[in-house]
Amino acid sequence: MSGVGWDELVANRCLTAVRQMRVYALQMSLAAGPVGAHLGGGLSMMEIISALYFGVLKYDVKNPEWELRDRFILSKGHGALAYYAALSLAGFIDEKDLATFKSNETHLTGHPHMDLKRGIEFSSGSLGQGLSLGVGSALALRSRGNHTSRVIVLMGDGEINEGSVWEAAMSAPHFKLSNMVLIVDNNGLQYDGTIQDVLDMGDLAAKFDSFGWTSVNVDGHDLPALLAAFQTPHERPLAIVAHTVKGKGVSFMENNRAWHHCRLTQAQFEQAMAEQVEQVRPELAEAR
Amino acid sequence: MIAFSSANIRTWSMLGSNGAFGFAALELPEIDENLAMLTADEMYFSGLERFGAKYPQRLYNIGIAEQNMVGIAGGMSKEGMNVFATTYATFASTRSADQVRVNMGYMKLGIKLVGLTAGLSVGSLGATHCSVEDIAIMRAIPNITILSPADCTETVKATLAAARHKGPVYLRLTGGQPNLPVYKSDYEFEIGKAIRLREGEDIAVIATGSMVYHSLEAAAILAEQGISSTVIDMHTIKPLDEAAILDTLGAKLLVTVEEHSRKGGLGGAVAECLAGVRVKPPQLIIGIADEFKTAADYPYLLKQFGLTGPQIAQTILQKYDEVKG
Repeated sequence: MSGVGWDELVANRCLTAVRQMRVYALQMSLAAGPVGAHLGGGLSMMEIISALYFGVLKYDVKNPEWELRDRFILSKGHGALAYYAALSLAGFIDEKDLATFKSNETHLTGHPHMDLKRGIEFSSGSLGQGLSLGVGSALALRSRGNHTSRVIVLMGDGEINEGSVWEAAMSAPHFKLSNMVLIVDNNGLQYDGTIQDVLDMGDLAAKFDSFGWTSVNVDGHDLPALLAAFQTPHERPLAIVAHTVKGKGVSFMENNRAWHHCRLTQAQFEQAMAEQVEQVRPELAEAR
Repeated sequence: MIAFSSANIRTWSMLGSNGAFGFAALELPEIDENLAMLTADEMYFSGLERFGAKYPQRLYNIGIAEQNMVGIAGGMSKEGMNVFATTYATFASTRSADQVRVNMGYMKLGIKLVGLTAGLSVGSLGATHCSVEDIAIMRAIPNITILSPADCTETVKATLAAARHKGPVYLRLTGGQPNLPVYKSDYEFEIGKAIRLREGEDIAVIATGSMVYHSLEAAAILAEQGISSTVIDMHTIKPLDEAAILDTLGAKLLVTVEEHSRKGGLGGAVAECLAGVRVKPPQLIIGIADEFKTAADYPYLLKQFGLTGPQIAQTILQKYDEVKG
């Protein structure tokens, strides 16, 4: 047992979850059929959401309204694939429901729909609103003396083009919300191209720092580093800028703008799944 | 307990609708211990100075950031707080429309959004500060209750009623300072239940907000000419009191009067309600014409748009002569 610490066990648990969640995301995308799915931004945040649900967040699947739970707000609603995969692994969503993703009458809509019983705190889809909801949640928790729960908001880097995000970014330090954490999935691509080309926002960590946050940069695919980032000591609200790769884990999707939202064909699905096997058991892929 | 005494009613009228709201706000923490009051750098303008002094922990000044204010109100509301949020009606509705739609409409979060100085009362500041589209916007979004009190007494009533109401509310405040009083003593106010203020047979006038007073004045002028009018205070625009509207179908002319665009406001709501009715009187929609006029003071603009009592009477008379048969 020597040499294997708790942190390493947690990181391994998160990595195992990521592998399963990628498979879920691909299966859901295939099931969605011609309407397609937001694969790129779902895959870029797999390690982030895994670190959250299997390492960081406090929650109780049997009591989703538990007062002392952490409030997780997925502001980038198009991260639904990763979110539902994590909620399923965590036990909030029935695994067999994943196949209904984006079908008519499903609860697993293209952008998440408020459903606290399934662990979904707020509806999202209209970008740039989650940080304000987070500020309001954090103020409410503090006002009733709940100093235990943290409010953690996940946003996309394209999403934070929205001006109201920066209104909220000013509010959190103004109200001294040390119970707030923002993590940005900085995958560098938005719908129309690179962040630099569409709307260059410069050094995000420096921006949040100048707005009054404690900010850190982290490799958003490095689970031990991500888990550590959430432990960063902070008196001001904490902003984690997670540098990621859009479409991570599927070779033909990585850094490819076209996979922001796309239909996944059967052939593409099979190739992507083969790559998942290869990543876990390279010897099997070689044998094929 | 707020007393609806004649002295208080006089004071509220002098304060105007913003001040009356601020007065009522002082009572709200008594109604709900989880009350929070948000404002977008409009504490003084919303008449909340005394509230802020009495309840500093409950007042959250969000700064000039209305979209963020509605989002913060949404977060607080979901966590069980009873949240009011105040700003100019136009910034509450047009500037924050998407946040209103997602938080109050889609998620049904019970925010009480207070739209100050709706209509033309701040017209000297220019069209940027007037709000003549807010009813149309709020009405098109599902799940939002729209309150449009007739005067300061009703503003107090509506504020207290909003605090007791579970779902999202848009509270639209109109009128000048002093605010012309419709109600001079205590009365029964219930969300969704219109109030008949005058009984008549020839014409039915359904008015909302500041226009209730002017419509009563118009009805008095018409009475001098032997034409009798029913006047209804439609203080709740959504859900609309359809029974009260269907009760007026015996009149020869139905008139709606509002300090709002003639497109999509109370007039539109009443017309939609009656669209499927076979036998009904013609409807005259009196409101703000589909244009921006130059900046000017409130009485001047009311006159420009034909919204004073005598002008309303004149417009009604013209139509009545045409349709009475």
